[in-house]
Amino acid sequence: MLSPRRRVRPSERRRGVPNPRVRRRVLMWGLSAALLMVACAVFYRQVIETEFLRGEGERRYLRLGEIAARRGMILDRNGESLAVSTPVETIWADPRKLVPRLEVMPELARCLGQKPAELRERVQANAERGFMYLKRRVSIDEANAVRALIASRALEGLEFETEYRRFYPGVEVFGHVLGFTDIEDHGQEGMEAAYDKLLRAEPGLRRVLQDGRRRIVQEVEQVRPPRPGKDLTLSLDRRLQFLAYRELKAAVAENKAVGGTAVVLDVATGEVLAMVNQPGYNPNDLSGRDADRRRNRAITDVMEPGSTVKPLVVAAVLERGLVTPTTRVNAAGPLRVGSNTVQDVHNYGNLDVTGIITKSSNVGVVKLAQMMSYEDLWKQYQALGFGKPTGVEFPAESNGVLRYFKRWRPFDHATMAFGYGFSVTALQLAQAYAVVAADGVKRPMTLRKRDQVPAGTRIMSVKTARAVRAMMETVVSDKGTAKRAAIPGYRVGGKTGTARKANGRHGYSAGRYQALFAGMAPAGNPRLVMVVMIDEPRGGAYYGGLVAAPVFAKVMEGALRLFNVPPDEPAPSMLLASGRAAP
Amino acid sequence: MAIRPGSAGAQRLDDPSQSGLLMRLHIDAPLLVGLLLLCAFGLVVLFSATDQDAGAVERQLVRLTLAFGLMFAVAQVHPYQLRRWSLPLYALGVLMLVATLLIGDVGKGAQRWLDLGVLRFQPSEMLKLAVPMTVAWVLADRSLPPRLGRVLAATVLILIPVVLIAKQPDLGTAILVAAAGVTVLFIGGLSWRVILLVGAAAAALAPLLWYRLHDYQRQRVLTFLDPSSDPLGTGYHIIQSQIAIGSGGLHGKGWLLGTQSHLEFLPEHHTDFIFAVIGEEFGLTGILVLLALYVFIIYRGLSIAVDAPDTYGKVLAGGLSLVFFVYVFVNTGMVTGLLPVVGVPLPLISYGGTSMVTLMVGFGMLMAIQTHRK
Repeated sequence: MLSPRRRVRPSERRRGVPNPRVRRRVLMWGLSAALLMVACAVFYRQVIETEFLRGEGERRYLRLGEIAARRGMILDRNGESLAVSTPVETIWADPRKLVPRLEVMPELARCLGQKPAELRERVQANAERGFMYLKRRVSIDEANAVRALIASRALEGLEFETEYRRFYPGVEVFGHVLGFTDIEDHGQEGMEAAYDKLLRAEPGLRRVLQDGRRRIVQEVEQVRPPRPGKDLTLSLDRRLQFLAYRELKAAVAENKAVGGTAVVLDVATGEVLAMVNQPGYNPNDLSGRDADRRRNRAITDVMEPGSTVKPLVVAAVLERGLVTPTTRVNAAGPLRVGSNTVQDVHNYGNLDVTGIITKSSNVGVVKLAQMMSYEDLWKQYQALGFGKPTGVEFPAESNGVLRYFKRWRPFDHATMAFGYGFSVTALQLAQAYAVVAADGVKRPMTLRKRDQVPAGTRIMSVKTARAVRAMMETVVSDKGTAKRAAIPGYRVGGKTGTARKANGRHGYSAGRYQALFAGMAPAGNPRLVMVVMIDEPRGGAYYGGLVAAPVFAKVMEGALRLFNVPPDEPAPSMLLASGRAAP
Repeated sequence: MAIRPGSAGAQRLDDPSQSGLLMRLHIDAPLLVGLLLLCAFGLVVLFSATDQDAGAVERQLVRLTLAFGLMFAVAQVHPYQLRRWSLPLYALGVLMLVATLLIGDVGKGAQRWLDLGVLRFQPSEMLKLAVPMTVAWVLADRSLPPRLGRVLAATVLILIPVVLIAKQPDLGTAILVAAAGVTVLFIGGLSWRVILLVGAAAAALAPLLWYRLHDYQRQRVLTFLDPSSDPLGTGYHIIQSQIAIGSGGLHGKGWLLGTQSHLEFLPEHHTDFIFAVIGEEFGLTGILVLLALYVFIIYRGLSIAVDAPDTYGKVLAGGLSLVFFVYVFVNTGMVTGLLPVVGVPLPLISYGGTSMVTLMVGFGMLMAIQTHRK
């Protein structure tokens, strides 16, 4: 800097002054070097490293995002929706932009149905973050209210996102069969879980531009389109299901029972038309519900079938030609089997085979069973599907327990004949009755609607099946145990059961029963089979004929009307004209 | 950048047909042109860096206008007056610094502002000018090179405000103030022996200084050495600015098209890190144009120093030009990753008024030195 002075006024130069030219040069070199360093650094980044740094940048602002896809619907056999995924909006916020607008919080909270103080607290707790959910899966009204608020108060930092929410219009009526999905829309229980693969949607992929707070700014391209899930059509009939649920619930309440189950089957196809349980739960709201209420007891819970198996034992002896319906058997008790005794409520004395069913005589049925080997009885139960999966695809299906006949003791042989010592599900029992109803043909069960009826396998002759049905009709008569199962205009066949509940320690509890009724209608050519079980009725009555049979009558009557099944029992006036007697 | 004696600037100004009017208005045309070009470029960049916020650009324009007005006003002051006011200004500045430490407002964890009722004022800015003026005053009318006693006196005068500012703590400004004083000392003819001695002493004391730094300051230095050690914390600035600059390439992504800054990845993108926005949107070309403008302004300032008629003018003009250079270098060095992150804005480009006013007053002094010949 000082060089010009030297040139201009050299006389002023003093001894010992550092050479200004050197100083100037040092300064120039220093400045140039410094700026050159900056230029080189920039050059290095922008020319040599540019590709790498561009990639680094893209890694930060380009991201793969999901495109929500709709999970398949679940429909009833008539195409009514039972489970639907509806697009809903989720609202999230950038709390940093809300903090300066705390005065709007009470209004915003009102829009979302939240408490103003809580919302304010939540916003302040997240004040340093760029993201927080305000409310997930809001209702349409809530979303609209928030939109209006944003517009009127010029609110910033609120964003909407579309998600799908599973909704079950059938609420608790279908809850047990349908199950539910988790927040990720994956099936967790019931048919939602069993057919998750079919129903599940594959979200699409898109490349999006995001900003430093990971907010999506715009979509760049769609990498993969979303693939919606496929619909699942169930065999259930929505109307019948509602009816069955209503009646079962009423009966459980009336009898102060702890639970109940009812299953209705289509005899011709093996389809389940209704399957209801108590207690119920609402799959739309899983908060705070006991998992116990969510079990589809008709499939997951086992029971001892009690007297309801007696017609099946009779079928076996008839099939083997050991007796005819009119063969008389001495049913006078008590009957000693080994060190135990079997007896009836009343001493019935001499009964024919039909009478054993009509009166539900334990002694009589044991005597019939004793005409067969252990193996024959075991084979009969085995053939009817006890102890084996029914074929419905349902998570946590129980097989029940049917011990192998070689491990039976003599008293087992006896108790097996009147329904103790082994266990079945309500669905298995319905399946066995369906065999009798279908003239001896067993078809696999299903919860999905069938287009083609599988051939099935013959378990017993048409003659045997019809004979057993005729016997079961006598149960639903004035002489039988279940006259309350009668339906005007239709012939009804069935069998009651009143099983003492096992207490879990090789014994039976006093006063704890399961009231059962299994039946079919119209008995001449059955179209429907139904099993009703009321668990631990405590309202005084506990007999199957008193507790379970009325549910059967009400539901079956409605079902016959729903399916337009013509009456096969002439009205009393016609009865006189035709002179035909009721069996 | 070699400055030849009797340089072009002086000759041009001697030409009455060209410079008579400007001379009487005390305006240095080359400097003015350079500053106007730079500020215009700055406004264009700022429009993009603030996400097309016309309001912010307008506010910046108002500030610039005021700052230019202030520059013209200062340019009317004779350097003789500047010299007389040096020490009082310095004393006032130091007093206010002390006041700031005692009663100042706390902003972002540092006490930098003094609230004077009507306006909030950052006394440290004043020292950026007062320190070189005072050091120049100490050295000016005595024999050069300065004796050791004068050098020590000057050093004390530099250290007092530097320590006070560092205590606020405001490391960036402290460095700038120190640089302002030291460059004036250097230009004033500090002997090489002393420079080497002080350099050696500083190197020896550096470890001691390390323990005097605040944690966040230490962290910055550590992160500077290895940005990836803390990619989400202090390293985030550096990594993001490297990405922004690098992805600009030769010609940049184009004005308003920089993704790193507009998608809010680059922090402080309209203030301290605006250099990265230029790098991303205008590429190497834009950076070189910007650096050329800066070089031109610094060159012109140094030319004024060379042409100055007296020692005070020479030393002050050289010092002011070099302070401007230090500003540019500290900011660009920080954004390009050559230097640790220090809160220094890119002069005349970054959004904000405080440093702009200081700088323009400095340029006003340069113009005063150039145009007052008697």
